Amino acid sequence: MITDDLITALVADLGISSVRLQRTFALALAMGSVLAVAAFFLWIGFRPDIAQALETVRFLFKFVVTLSLAATATGFLVRLARPGVSLGLWRWAWLVAPLLLAFAVVTELAVMPAATWWPRLVGSNARACLTLIPFLSIGPLACTFLALRHGAPTRPGLAGAVAGLVASGIAATLYASHCTDDSPLFVATWYPLAIGIVVLAGYVAGSRYLRW
Amino acid sequence: MGYSVKRRESEEAWAALMRAAVNGDAGAYRQFLASLAPVLRATARRNCARVGLDGGEAEDVVQETLLAIHLKRHTWDLDRPIGPWITAIARHKLIDRLRHRGRWKELPIDDMDNILVAEGTDNTQERVDVDRMLDKLDGRQRDLVRSVSIEGRSVQETAKRLNMSEGAVRVALHRAIKGLNALYRRGSQ
Repeated sequence: MITDDLITALVADLGISSVRLQRTFALALAMGSVLAVAAFFLWIGFRPDIAQALETVRFLFKFVVTLSLAATATGFLVRLARPGVSLGLWRWAWLVAPLLLAFAVVTELAVMPAATWWPRLVGSNARACLTLIPFLSIGPLACTFLALRHGAPTRPGLAGAVAGLVASGIAATLYASHCTDDSPLFVATWYPLAIGIVVLAGYVAGSRYLRW
Repeated sequence: MGYSVKRRESEEAWAALMRAAVNGDAGAYRQFLASLAPVLRATARRNCARVGLDGGEAEDVVQETLLAIHLKRHTWDLDRPIGPWITAIARHKLIDRLRHRGRWKELPIDDMDNILVAEGTDNTQERVDVDRMLDKLDGRQRDLVRSVSIEGRSVQETAKRLNMSEGAVRVALHRAIKGLNALYRRGSQ
């Protein structure tokens, strides 16, 4: 069997073309979100005072940050899954989320007296934040990994890490509706740590399981 | 300058063939792979020779690249140019092999940008020991791959000969090709 024979075999295997990548990712994100939402309502749930919370800027701003992270990381991820697509500005787009958060932190420091800074930063949900965000990320991370395996990421570790950003963006959005600590000081301290755990796990798993 | 025009032309031709292939045109697909193989070969040989790997090794890279292009063909966005997609896959496969051979650091890869312009090179195929790979497939899969490749039978004829349904042959063939790809990957490590 020489290369020409291999080509003959490949042509015989042409068949009906397999699912396009775009659709795979849409499906994976939908499935991952469904899993995370199901886990959220099964075991976690909204905070009791969510109706009042919805009227506060601090609470709502958490979603601006987490949703912008999920959206920008998704744009980055789908490009990483295709060989030969230039990443362009998408490589940096996810930085929008930390920048927004940094802006909120500065504002918080400006409007709140210094004595309240430390208690606001420590909050009362640090442990929940560090465990629940990684927990809620499991479903979305698994689904995006399946989509990435259908794709062809030439940088498997990076693709795994960005999948971790997408998954924890979804997870943090849900978690934010449970957590009663709304100060940007809390969010800027604990969310990045929780997200970092997921990103690191994604990187390690990606280097291992996303090779092709 | 001469070959950048030539390159653009061949890329457009490949894209047209691949679009037809996505819609099920086997003839176009054969033409695409057959005209791509010599270009991949020239580049693989040049790069392998540079780090002291032989032609057989280069042919392995060509076959691995063709397998990857086949198994990942849905990752080409039909609206984008096909050249960068092919280059990225070929480069990925070459780097993978060199890395496992411990030759990665020795390769100046500037040339890889020109992967698609190689032309006028000797196109004889090294008879690499693909049979060694085939032998590692299980009996049924090996028969199937032999039947549709070396023996040149159609899927229908193969189905009849092996007393399988056509659908079963297609599924088994696809598995066998994935298996072959996995064997190559293990072989290069």
